[in-house]
Amino acid sequence: MEKLTWTGSFGTYMDPIFVTVAYVFLALVAVQIVASFILAPVSDTIHKDGTITRDRGPNALIGMAVKYVLLALVALVAIYIVAGIVTPVETTGIIGAIAAQLSPVWLALIVTFLLSIVYKRRLGLYGKLFDSMIGMIGFGLVMFWVYTAIFAGLFDMIGTHDPLRQVSGMKNKIPGTPLSGAEEGDYLWYLLGGDNLARDVFSRMIAGSWIVMQIAPLATLFAFMVGITLGLPAGYYGGRLDTILSFLANLILAFPVILLFYLLVTPEIVETGIPNYMAMVLFIFPIIFLAVLLNSRFYTRPRLRTPLLTAVLVVAFWIYLSLISAKGSAIAVLPSYLDLFDIPGGILVVFVSVVFVNSPTVFRIVRGLAMDIKTRDYVAAAQTRGEGPWYIMLWEILPNARGPLIVDFCLRIGYTTILLGTLGFFGLGLPPESPDWGSTINDGRKLLSVYPHPALPPAFALLSLVLGLNLLADGLREESLRD
Amino acid sequence: MMVVTAFCLTFIVFFMTNLYPNLEKLAKSQGNFRMSDEAVASYLGDRGYLQPTPVKYAQWLGLMPGYVTVKEDGSKVGKCVRPGMTPDDVPAYCGILQGDWGFSTQAKEPVANVLGSRLVNTGRLMFWVMVVMVPSALIIGVLAGMREGSRTDRTLSTVSILSTATPEYVSGVIFIALLASTRYGLGPWLNEMGLIEGKALFKGTAKTAMDKATLENFTLPVLTVALYGMGYIARMTRASMAEVMTAQYIRTARLKGVSFRNIVVKHALRNALIAPFTVIMLQFPWLLNGVVIVEVMFSYNGFGWQLVNAAGNNDIEMLLAVSVVSVMVVLVTQLISDIGYVYLNPRIRIS
Repeated sequence: MEKLTWTGSFGTYMDPIFVTVAYVFLALVAVQIVASFILAPVSDTIHKDGTITRDRGPNALIGMAVKYVLLALVALVAIYIVAGIVTPVETTGIIGAIAAQLSPVWLALIVTFLLSIVYKRRLGLYGKLFDSMIGMIGFGLVMFWVYTAIFAGLFDMIGTHDPLRQVSGMKNKIPGTPLSGAEEGDYLWYLLGGDNLARDVFSRMIAGSWIVMQIAPLATLFAFMVGITLGLPAGYYGGRLDTILSFLANLILAFPVILLFYLLVTPEIVETGIPNYMAMVLFIFPIIFLAVLLNSRFYTRPRLRTPLLTAVLVVAFWIYLSLISAKGSAIAVLPSYLDLFDIPGGILVVFVSVVFVNSPTVFRIVRGLAMDIKTRDYVAAAQTRGEGPWYIMLWEILPNARGPLIVDFCLRIGYTTILLGTLGFFGLGLPPESPDWGSTINDGRKLLSVYPHPALPPAFALLSLVLGLNLLADGLREESLRD
Repeated sequence: MMVVTAFCLTFIVFFMTNLYPNLEKLAKSQGNFRMSDEAVASYLGDRGYLQPTPVKYAQWLGLMPGYVTVKEDGSKVGKCVRPGMTPDDVPAYCGILQGDWGFSTQAKEPVANVLGSRLVNTGRLMFWVMVVMVPSALIIGVLAGMREGSRTDRTLSTVSILSTATPEYVSGVIFIALLASTRYGLGPWLNEMGLIEGKALFKGTAKTAMDKATLENFTLPVLTVALYGMGYIARMTRASMAEVMTAQYIRTARLKGVSFRNIVVKHALRNALIAPFTVIMLQFPWLLNGVVIVEVMFSYNGFGWQLVNAAGNNDIEMLLAVSVVSVMVVLVTQLISDIGYVYLNPRIRIS
């Protein structure tokens, strides 16, 4: 078996072209930044009859050149990807092979973007996202990882090897090394090399995305439920309730996050069952939220409300009990035949601590928004109408606070991803061989200056996901402000 | 309020570190790892670890006499006993009120001595982080915010988003791989061109920086911490600058014919810097996290490194001192930012 190079034989023609275009692009961007300070700014003149005269000055020309070179660059990247998918692995090298492994993701992305752009006028805020370039790039990055996680986690498609399997002779091998002692049906290369325990770096990175995608969005959602359920009454009623809750929130926020993690997420603490009790308290908030949400809306129609509420509560409680009770842990209330799923202690404690760290910030945001919105006329109108306080909070204030909350939700998923990485980096919570990005970075950093390849892929993966979420939030903010 | 918060926080830390499994770990790491359960219990009982938590907390504060057990041979063990003390010298009280921060079971030294030198190290790191971070963040923010929506704005905003999306453990890894490796990245390349002597541009560890900080061993840690905080401050500055630039008095100045440079420097800048000041102050506790990661990553023995070390070994009194210090940092910066805000903002000062 030959060792794979980065771009294979295909690269011998394509690489020089790509490098040249990339250098031209960088040079043009530099020229553009300098020129924007020296030369006259671009000014298109709008005439009275509605026509526009395009500025043909030097700055406009540079701007146009940058745009076309960027397009050429994107086209070249697309050619690399397409070539990787259609040609055999040896011709297109590592990049092509990775592109080929990811082909279901590309397909899903193309379908998503085509559908969304075609129907964007009917899709509300989501559709408007496709008007802003920043938002689209962010959305693309996020969806790339979402699809990767789904295909890898649920269908076991993208990864080339088992992320935990160690193959002798593959320790610290550089990217593109052929698998030693390959058997029938094995993928023949370690595309991004092997780590210090001879596991495949590429497969671990892909498997890590599934761990992040399982925990981060859900934990953020839970933190929002907790923050909203406590923040709305604190902001709406004010007074002593607000003082007490704000004090508690500030108390948690005054802890350095890492100290909190070290106090909460150690095997010794898991042994005492404190995380389970915290889970018990924290996970009840979504149920309260749901119950109050439905009750305040439908209490005037008891015939609809009573069955709806009962059904929702029964299902929610069942999920709640199966969530918190696990065999052998401190709380085991449900008999095992009723227990829907068991969450491993490590994952549960990570989940709980991340929710715990995030909810005070959400609380503060919601409280601030509620204090602002409760002075509006429509709230006064609802009060005169005789609506109950919870109806006003959940059906008048909350929908009107959705803009900032959606933006913060995106940012917060990113922050949660960073927190998960921090936990992994300190080796807390998740088992040490777990392929999550933080642990992988931690494993790889010890030999970083000699073998950088095991640590860099998860680092870039985490970076791109968080960057995507931040760009997405930026795009959403821009578009929601335009209304 | 500050005092109440500090008490609550230390009590929580105290409670968590004094849970039995944690104490068991402490006993085993101090004695030996194959201790029987009875040995663990007697070790802990002798040293007063098995009293009720509020009592132990009061002893730590110095409100109650420290726990002492007199052994058969006349020697004493207990909270206030230090190695090398004769039994008669052991004081009755040894708590915060007596100025005694306790004894680090990990470092085998009084907490105050260890933590003091650690804080000096971290202070040095923080100083250079601030020197790098604040001016560059303000410059980026002002340049981006003075012409909102321009190409410069877009480029710089993207840069600051990128920097907020790069947590320290990611940027640190990338920096080390690119700039501190002897085999990859910039170092060998520059060496080949004859621009630098060594194979690597910077050092991937800051161990030597504790004695003598040089450009070579201190650049990467400082850069890594500064990068993550920079984007956030820059974005706040940009938002505040953009808001000021749309204000009435700026329009008046423009109509008067004041040059753009003068508008920015004389009229807008001061008002635009009020909001970032608060952000910079509130950034301190945030930086603390970054400092922990960076100190562990570059094995720089500062405050953050000490935190991780103490937490990993359940070094109770060290951990308590660490949390007191970090809570103080949070509360004091909040106070300064409130006072500074009033001082900088004339509208609040008058009313």
